[in-house]
Amino acid sequence: MPHSAEIRIVSRRFGNPEARTLAGYLADEGYQGLEKALAMTPEQIIEEMKVSGLRGRGGAGFPTGMKWSFVPKQSAKPKYILCNADESEPGTCKDRLVMEWDPFSIIEGMTIAARAIGSQQGYIFIRGEYRYLFAIVDRALEEAYAAGYLGKNIRGSGMDFFLYSHSGAGAYECGEESALMESLEGKRGLPRLKPPFPAIVGLYGGPTVINNVETLATVPHILRGGGAWYAAYGPPKNGGTRLFCLSGHINQPGVYELPLGFPLERMLQEVGGGILGGKPLKAVVPGGSSTPILTAAETAGLNMDYDSVAKLGTFLGSGGVVVLAQDTCMVKFALRIIRFYRHESCGWCVPCREGTHWLAQAIGRYHDGRGRASDVKLFEDVAANILGRTFCPLGDAAAMPILAIVRKFRAEFEAHATTAACPPAATTGASPAANETRRP
Amino acid sequence: MKPSPNLDMLTPALRARFDAMIAHYPVKRSALVPMLLYAQDELGYLTPEVISGIAARLELDELAVREVIGYYSMLRLHPAGRYHVQVCTNISCQLRGADRIWEHCRARLQLENHQTTPDGLFSLEEVECIGACSWAPALQVNYDFHQQLTPEKVDEILDGYRQKGASS
Ligand SMILES: Cc1cc2nc3c(=O)[nH]c(=O)nc-3n(C[C@H](O)[C@H](O)[C@H](O)COP(=O)(O)O)c2cc1C
Ligand code: SF4
Ligand code: FES
Repeated sequence: MPHSAEIRIVSRRFGNPEARTLAGYLADEGYQGLEKALAMTPEQIIEEMKVSGLRGRGGAGFPTGMKWSFVPKQSAKPKYILCNADESEPGTCKDRLVMEWDPFSIIEGMTIAARAIGSQQGYIFIRGEYRYLFAIVDRALEEAYAAGYLGKNIRGSGMDFFLYSHSGAGAYECGEESALMESLEGKRGLPRLKPPFPAIVGLYGGPTVINNVETLATVPHILRGGGAWYAAYGPPKNGGTRLFCLSGHINQPGVYELPLGFPLERMLQEVGGGILGGKPLKAVVPGGSSTPILTAAETAGLNMDYDSVAKLGTFLGSGGVVVLAQDTCMVKFALRIIRFYRHESCGWCVPCREGTHWLAQAIGRYHDGRGRASDVKLFEDVAANILGRTFCPLGDAAAMPILAIVRKFRAEFEAHATTAACPPAATTGASPAANETRRP
Repeated sequence: MKPSPNLDMLTPALRARFDAMIAHYPVKRSALVPMLLYAQDELGYLTPEVISGIAARLELDELAVREVIGYYSMLRLHPAGRYHVQVCTNISCQLRGADRIWEHCRARLQLENHQTTPDGLFSLEEVECIGACSWAPALQVNYDFHQQLTPEKVDEILDGYRQKGASS
């Protein structure tokens, strides 16, 4: 159910099955963005995107207009547009809704992106587990081709654009942009060395723009309403709204579209209906499992935009806001996170492969009450040694959350080392603020 | 003489679909991962014959194809149960009682992780986030999502599949 605080732009068609058909989409202002884009030069489109302040909704938060501007105008090799619909970051479940309810917005957004960078071909890379979405997306693609919104000479504009869906087959790493391209080329999803960046050398060696589902689905709205209109919803350089996936210990978990800069407290109390069981808040993961956790004290007065969250050393990431109530065992929580990264590490480089393995085993021992309290320091050291020393960002994604949890809830780890009871009674009080700024 | 590798074990509809898919890419090999997954959906697992057939269709070494299969968690070289029960225990689900759901599935199906019932009806797997975090705890049976689970709801779901399995 929509909440009254929501501003529904990218989610405006959620819940309306008509919008999955081309007729229904057109009846609800569909393809007005492309109409405008077709009358603009590529430079004007990119400028409009820059004005909008739109930043990537997939994880890194890179400004979309700027990303598009890096693609060379002239290229001997074909250029590609990719939609990253791999959605696998734990805590994230929003792209699925965009594909389910508004597939044409992705198609339109990709067509506009294609016009901006001069691409004639693109792919929507959807995680294999989301099989039910292929029927919806493929049907929309078919309709778009049939009506001349895809294919040759789109709507008589002289522009050609061919777009296809593509299934993954289970691998978190394939959400990383270069690994996704490897997978799309029929290989294992091993990341590529950067630079060169995809904008210069991407899919099949051609210049490639890769964006998240939500990012691309927002593009038509920006063209339709204008960059300035969209930007005005959020604080400067943090344009617009985004989909926040509320999960965990919250009364009304769900996906809500809120303006950037929305106060976290209101998000939890008003939109999310308060903490489950009326318990006190313990911590919040602000943007998916790889983003460093915030203690309840740190979240006081926090506004949910990229820059405010970055000031606390963490990220808005993928929009997955995971809420933890006071009696949550942080050792168990950390263990589940590191087990995930151990499982997903592709094994290519040593710090990530060995580090995630070691951490999972050691934290597991603590959780069973078979650890030595003084070893907590080793968790920090090992995690800190993964950070910045791996081939692709998955290593960082594994190390960052562990470092934050261990530093901010150190006493809880120490107490758990010698008891299998969960959570250890001694530590369910306030979090040890003294440890928050500790460095190894 | 052994017949040359082919895809005759797949339905004509799927073979036609493969032809269409391959045409979507400048490089044939790009169709590999989805072809493997769709073939597995029809056959239950990736048999040596279908692996040879796909390799031949895409003009690839079988070894290269096997390497790719080993990388992707959804691809398998051995049959799973007719209903493959995949329980997410990742963080959002963990916070909403996924451990209890997992234990319940284990007990009800009398299976450990990655095992299949003797009648081949069910198999069980603990999986990573399936993108249902706001509707946690969640599981998938084959490609179907079941969300906001309770142990009672799990019983209903499993009974439903058991009946479906018995009646066909
Ligand atoms: C290990 C890893 C997994 C990722 N998974 C995803 C994903 O599932 N979906 C996504 O959109 N971006 C994911 N990303 C981010 C992409 O690499 C890339 O930054 C993003 O698709 C760019 O789109 P945006 O600029 O629109 O955010 C992942 C990154 C890493 C390092
Ligand atoms: S950091 Fe991890 S996932 Fe990335 S290349 Fe190295 S081993 Fe593979
Ligand atoms: S954590 Fe279970 S579905 Fe995301």
